[in-house]
Amino acid sequence: MSRAPRGGPRSKTLIGLYLVAPYAAYLVIVYAVPVIQGVRISMLDYVYAAPGADVPQPFIGLKNYRSALSDPQLRRSFLNILEFLAINVPLTVVLGLTLAAVLAKLTRMKTFFRSAFFVPYVTASIAVIGVWYFLFSQSGLINHVMGGWAPNPSWLVNSKLAMVVIALEVTWKQLGFYVLLYLAGVLLIPGSLYEAASIDGAGVVRQFRAITVPAVRNVTILVTTLALIVGANLFTEPYLLTNGGGPNGASMSPALLIYQNGVEQGKPGIGAAIGILLTLFVLLVAGAGRGVQWLFQRGEDRGPRRAADRGPGAASGRGRTADGGQGATA
Amino acid sequence: MNRTLQRLVTYGFVFIGAVASIFPLYYMVVGSFQLKTDSAFSGLIPRPGNLGLTNYREVNKAISLLPSLGNSAVFTLGTVVLTIVIGLPAGYALARLRFPGKGAVAGGLILVLVLPFQVLMIPLYILVVRDYGLADNFVGMILPFAVNATAVLIFRQFFVALPDELFDAAHIDGAGELRTLMLVAAPLTKPAIITASVITFIGPWNEFLWPFLITKKHSMQPLAVSLGEYVSTNAATATNPYGVILAGACVLAVPVIALFLVAQRHFTSAALGSGVKE
Repeated sequence: MSRAPRGGPRSKTLIGLYLVAPYAAYLVIVYAVPVIQGVRISMLDYVYAAPGADVPQPFIGLKNYRSALSDPQLRRSFLNILEFLAINVPLTVVLGLTLAAVLAKLTRMKTFFRSAFFVPYVTASIAVIGVWYFLFSQSGLINHVMGGWAPNPSWLVNSKLAMVVIALEVTWKQLGFYVLLYLAGVLLIPGSLYEAASIDGAGVVRQFRAITVPAVRNVTILVTTLALIVGANLFTEPYLLTNGGGPNGASMSPALLIYQNGVEQGKPGIGAAIGILLTLFVLLVAGAGRGVQWLFQRGEDRGPRRAADRGPGAASGRGRTADGGQGATA
Repeated sequence: MNRTLQRLVTYGFVFIGAVASIFPLYYMVVGSFQLKTDSAFSGLIPRPGNLGLTNYREVNKAISLLPSLGNSAVFTLGTVVLTIVIGLPAGYALARLRFPGKGAVAGGLILVLVLPFQVLMIPLYILVVRDYGLADNFVGMILPFAVNATAVLIFRQFFVALPDELFDAAHIDGAGELRTLMLVAAPLTKPAIITASVITFIGPWNEFLWPFLITKKHSMQPLAVSLGEYVSTNAATATNPYGVILAGACVLAVPVIALFLVAQRHFTSAALGSGVKE
């Protein structure tokens, strides 16, 4: 991370401070202060007042948390995020890595395919929601294709399927970004490893499992972490695609509850408390993911995976990636 | 034989992936031009008799596209400019210089990347709208997005990867740190700036929640917000609601997709993935 200073150390220190100061100020104003404010507001009986009016904001301890947690909608929303992740994470990791591995092998039209996968990622959620709304509506194309097998009630108003459609939509939209991340990892693997493996008689599938998957472990950790963050931030899809987390809260998300409580219903204390609970939830899920990785890791260490150990980790100086694993948030 | 088959499977696989990626966007464009919504199979292929600009006229009447696009442009370009002006020097300092508090800033950068932004929704709303009085104001709209963390990371990784000799030569020639940054490092950063700008551009252009929270005046809303509000409130009253929504969706989506396609020659996964290496 840090480099030994060259030249006059004093002036160098000053220049460094100058260059980083605006960004540091931004971090304080937009992140540090609001985080502290969020914790404070979550323990106040905070009321929106007219500007200039001095309204008491009494301290009420954990009361906001108790009201938030007693709301069945909140429990439902966290379970919904878990359902979202259970669909999104495995699909993302499997499709993202497979597409990247295949993309790396292509000799022609590489740019075309790479761009094609990436286009949904750059498209606005609102625009994407418009099409999915159309595709999955009662009389939409999907139901036309399915004919008699079309679900009843239809997708977006079906309490079992609303969250599934949202998870698929977000997976589809984000996949291209993860493909690029995986592609960067895959391209770092030295080709000689594959040649050696193929001389040893390992087929494509075995090469993928023994070389590619372990080599991009760090990327998998990054991808699953980012997917978890996307899940925790889920707002626009339940707000618009399923009309406010419907049907009956079946696709409610914590972020939507923060908005409904904190802004629509004028209870910012409860909104802020849900924000803190959401942070704890993310840490908990990420921690559980690490635990799962650790178990995977132990299982693999006992098993025969010598080929992978000799693999790209050592070759590209990434041997210390041994704490990785698949399905961090599965 | 085996090789041919393998190649066939490979291309078949990515081809299916590409079709699945693009199809909904194709369908969006086709649907936006349909005079009467056709959600059956026949709607997949545009029929000349059923095509026209009615939906675009209708969506323009409902949310006046040009001012909305203008707001989106101000919001987005403001963010991109601030990200480069503030983020590039920060990335340089984090990569090449030593100063007190460096660990804290680097740590903050990583924390920002993994903090769900919605957690800050209420405190930021209170701070920006109530305390600073910046509702319906571009400063308030841009503030939370001002410096894209991924872009700072891209800049840092880029400067880390530049060879030491380059900087040594500049130092021997007597250039100070600031001159080195301006004259040696900055001119080389074009690919990093392009990649970082595209990544940054996507955020505010497509963002719904934050500008939705802090704009009450329709005249201040970016297109994503005015279209989102239209979807949630008025769409049902239109004669061809899907078509009108899809027309708005096209107007919102096309500028970013066009920008990406223009920039994608310089948009390397290597630059994006440089954060992956460590």
